[in-house]
Amino acid sequence: MKSWKNTLMGITAGATIALSAGASQAVEIEYWQYFFEARVNAIDTLIEKFEAENPDITVNQTTFPYADYRTKVAAAIPAGEGPDVVQLFYGWLNDYVEAELISPLPVDAFPPEQIRAEFFPMVQAMEKDGQYMALPTAVRSLALFYNTRLFEEAGIDGPPKTLDELIETAAALTKTDAAGNITQVGITTGMNAQDHHWVREVLIRQFGGDPYTGDYQTVTYNDDAGAAALQWYSDLQNKHGVTQAGFMDEPQAAFKAGRAGMHIDGSFRIGALNKTRGLKWGVAELPAGPDGTQSNYSSYWVNAVTTKAEGEKEAAALKFLAFITSDEAMQIWLDTVGELPAKPSAGLTDANRADPVFGPFISGLAYAKTTIFANESGQRQVLMDAMQRILLEGETPENAIGIAAAEEQAILDGYYK
Amino acid sequence: MSNIEYKASAATLDTAKPYNYNKRMEPAKVIRWTILFLGGVVMIMPIVFMMSTSFKWPHEIYNLKIIPDDPTIENYTYVLEDGRFYKWFVNSLIIATITTISAVIFDSLVGYTLCKFRFRGRMIVFVAILSTLMIPTEMLVIPWYLMAKDFGWLNSYWGIMFPGVMTAFGTFLMKQFFESVPDDFLEAARIDGLNEFQIWWTVAMPLVTPAISALAIFVFLGNWTAFIWPLIVTNDPELYTLPVGLTTFSVEQSVEWELIMTGAALATIPTLIVFLVFQRYIIRGVVMTGLKG
Amino acid sequence: MNWYRKLSIKQKQVVWAWSFLAIPVLFYTVIRFYPTFGAIVLSFQNWNLLGAKTWAGLENYQRLVADPVFWKVFSNTFIYLLLGTPISLVISFVIAYHLDKVNFLHATIRAMYFLPFMTSAVAMAWLWRWFYQPVPIGLFNNILSSLGISQFPFLNSTFWALPSVLAPAVWAGLGFQIIIFMAGLRSIPQSYYEAAQIDGVGPWTILREITLPLLKPTIVFLVVFSSIGFLRIFDQVFNMTTNDPGGPLNSTKPLVLMIYDTAFNAFNMGYAAAQTVVLFTILLIVSLLQLYVMRER
Repeated sequence: MKSWKNTLMGITAGATIALSAGASQAVEIEYWQYFFEARVNAIDTLIEKFEAENPDITVNQTTFPYADYRTKVAAAIPAGEGPDVVQLFYGWLNDYVEAELISPLPVDAFPPEQIRAEFFPMVQAMEKDGQYMALPTAVRSLALFYNTRLFEEAGIDGPPKTLDELIETAAALTKTDAAGNITQVGITTGMNAQDHHWVREVLIRQFGGDPYTGDYQTVTYNDDAGAAALQWYSDLQNKHGVTQAGFMDEPQAAFKAGRAGMHIDGSFRIGALNKTRGLKWGVAELPAGPDGTQSNYSSYWVNAVTTKAEGEKEAAALKFLAFITSDEAMQIWLDTVGELPAKPSAGLTDANRADPVFGPFISGLAYAKTTIFANESGQRQVLMDAMQRILLEGETPENAIGIAAAEEQAILDGYYK
Repeated sequence: MSNIEYKASAATLDTAKPYNYNKRMEPAKVIRWTILFLGGVVMIMPIVFMMSTSFKWPHEIYNLKIIPDDPTIENYTYVLEDGRFYKWFVNSLIIATITTISAVIFDSLVGYTLCKFRFRGRMIVFVAILSTLMIPTEMLVIPWYLMAKDFGWLNSYWGIMFPGVMTAFGTFLMKQFFESVPDDFLEAARIDGLNEFQIWWTVAMPLVTPAISALAIFVFLGNWTAFIWPLIVTNDPELYTLPVGLTTFSVEQSVEWELIMTGAALATIPTLIVFLVFQRYIIRGVVMTGLKG
Repeated sequence: MNWYRKLSIKQKQVVWAWSFLAIPVLFYTVIRFYPTFGAIVLSFQNWNLLGAKTWAGLENYQRLVADPVFWKVFSNTFIYLLLGTPISLVISFVIAYHLDKVNFLHATIRAMYFLPFMTSAVAMAWLWRWFYQPVPIGLFNNILSSLGISQFPFLNSTFWALPSVLAPAVWAGLGFQIIIFMAGLRSIPQSYYEAAQIDGVGPWTILREITLPLLKPTIVFLVVFSSIGFLRIFDQVFNMTTNDPGGPLNSTKPLVLMIYDTAFNAFNMGYAAAQTVVLFTILLIVSLLQLYVMRER
């Protein structure tokens, strides 16, 4: 059916060219990202602007649910079915580069020295053999979202600054029904969302540990700090009763529905929350650890040109990539999605730093760590399982962290061997 | 057995006419009826709840009322405005219809040939086709996926349909039914100068219409609700079938259960209507499969 | 067409038969048999879809035997079967047995039981997933809570998650089994019952000595049909556990979901193929058992 459609389009296009001899042929390129409404809208806006500037290029955007995205991309690109420009999580890029599915960005249009100087240092991971393989539009970090209406109702004046304060605040925000079931959580929890990053890069460090060796090839959280971090996190539910895993199916859903006092999430959530009617919320930096340590997790998605794009399609794809990583695009991305520009010059402006919403994320970026994942979903599953062992099977945090460390090390060994 | 007798015998299989001898009311009977009826209510309750939720406002969905206080079609407007549901619906309809037609034609042709022709290799072909029943689809999805990739069938209607254009079960079922078509009929047609294709199509096929409708319903329902293969073979949301689209849609909506329920209702309503309209045929179809399969 | 006219009637028949069978034989060869051997061959190879295939010998099978997740999944698959088949058969037989004796609104009640069979498993999985949510959104837990009973974990439990996933599958399949059972009951000649009544035999004895033995073909058909269905369960699990695929600590993960994950998330095609060979072997054994039991008749 599709090929039939293509044929028909080909015939129509052919007829059009024959009729209007001399008109330049339009190049059509395909752009893929996962479905997240604000991101889709941002790219739509960018495509509109780009097409206005380049009337001979048409960009089609295709999206997939986050859960299927990696599969669909990995299946489609080798089959020559996929996109010309693709958005990939930074941690996935290596696989694609090694399989020669990504074209390096030409040095003349994307000079490495300039990129090194302009973008946040973590983007240097995208450089290989003197050429950049891909570039981000934005970077993201974590922060504490809180529901201001529920805070007022409970008589709390501000978001917690430390982990101890967080427990107190959460306790004041928790509500239960007559049967003892939680109907409003003080803070959402769920390793399947962003909490595995919070535990890995933030809590473990705050309890005095180091999650990995510097190259992220060896797990080092199987110690007292790791156990203490998991103990503290699971105590939120088991001891303090201020949260419940799986409450309202997804943490962000509970916060959006006004059933959660606090919620830890990435800057990409801002756009969606802004659109939720009747929800009043604020943002604060992640609470500091017992000894005052602050930490954060940052990550980013990159845009890359696939080897499927050849000739004039490749030229158009590179043009589009340059456009969506320009300062102008970064500002549009910030306004629409809420993700911070990937260049300090564009991101660390005084206006952004003082912004009540973007401010905490930008401050967090200053001390954030970027995990180098071998297999993000697999490594996430390890921490999900560790938590389930504690919550559902009564395992001790010490044992749970030990099992998790062994499992995660096996994933890393399998990847780097 | 003549055509009429054949149809009559098929009709007696309809369980709608139970034997019942005395019509007296007895307490035990009343209790049995009441329990069965309440059981039936429990069975349809989830579907009723799904329908009811699809007409509720978000703030109302967590109460247990079946009739919404303030019914709204807002959810349907929202879901249909999206436009994708319409496409997925059309995709499912096209795919299920074409596959059904194809399976009915090929399954009955093969069933007929294996039943009414005598030739060397007949048993081998029959046993070979029958043995494919033991090969689970799940084993074939990986090779099929690789085939589809090599032949460029990913992301096409044909890619979704090709594994189902013939079914071994349907072939077996049709062969069983053609047994009851008397050879004399076919011989008479042969003497009248019809060729074998005409005999199959104009003489034999009309005699097994109940079986054809049963097969058609099963193949259609099977393709309408098929999930794993369309999930694997399609990358393009424009080509999703209704179940695959519903999964995508529900993951996107995460907490907005009234919208998920509306999507689920849209995927369910067509088959429920088909059932209510063709109830007799469908029940008879199930019965025949059970007796002949 | 000269050669055709010269053929005898028998020979003409052979020509017709093979021309009718040409496309189907090609189809079954290319779309069923060839891929089956393809899967078996692939199970002895390593391939990640992006690179080249390499021979792995028995490596994939050795890995399978050593993989604790596989054994968990293997036992889950059989728990689906061993819980699902008897429960659904007993319930559907009891309903069919009684519904058979009911006259008033017979077709309506029958339709109520059959309706869930017409639904799509994906739609129903999302519906039930919502029912199972904890307070304040889950229907079941809201009912419990309004009665003052504390909530039940359903999907959020390593023990209850599997039965919770199984319940909608059993629910949706009941109608089909009820109809088949009723047809089976109808096909028992009335004279058997009349004779038994004359002999003054009680209803339990009639059930045990006449009804059930004569229903054997029906029961065997349903056991095999539903066993194969439960062994291949996928749609419900996939859709009910998208947040933690396969349920907490893989407590609901069936073989088919593991195959899907291995092939289409981890792109470990050879390893996934080895898992499909295991599934094939299990289904083959079930089908052969059916043939064996039917032969005794």
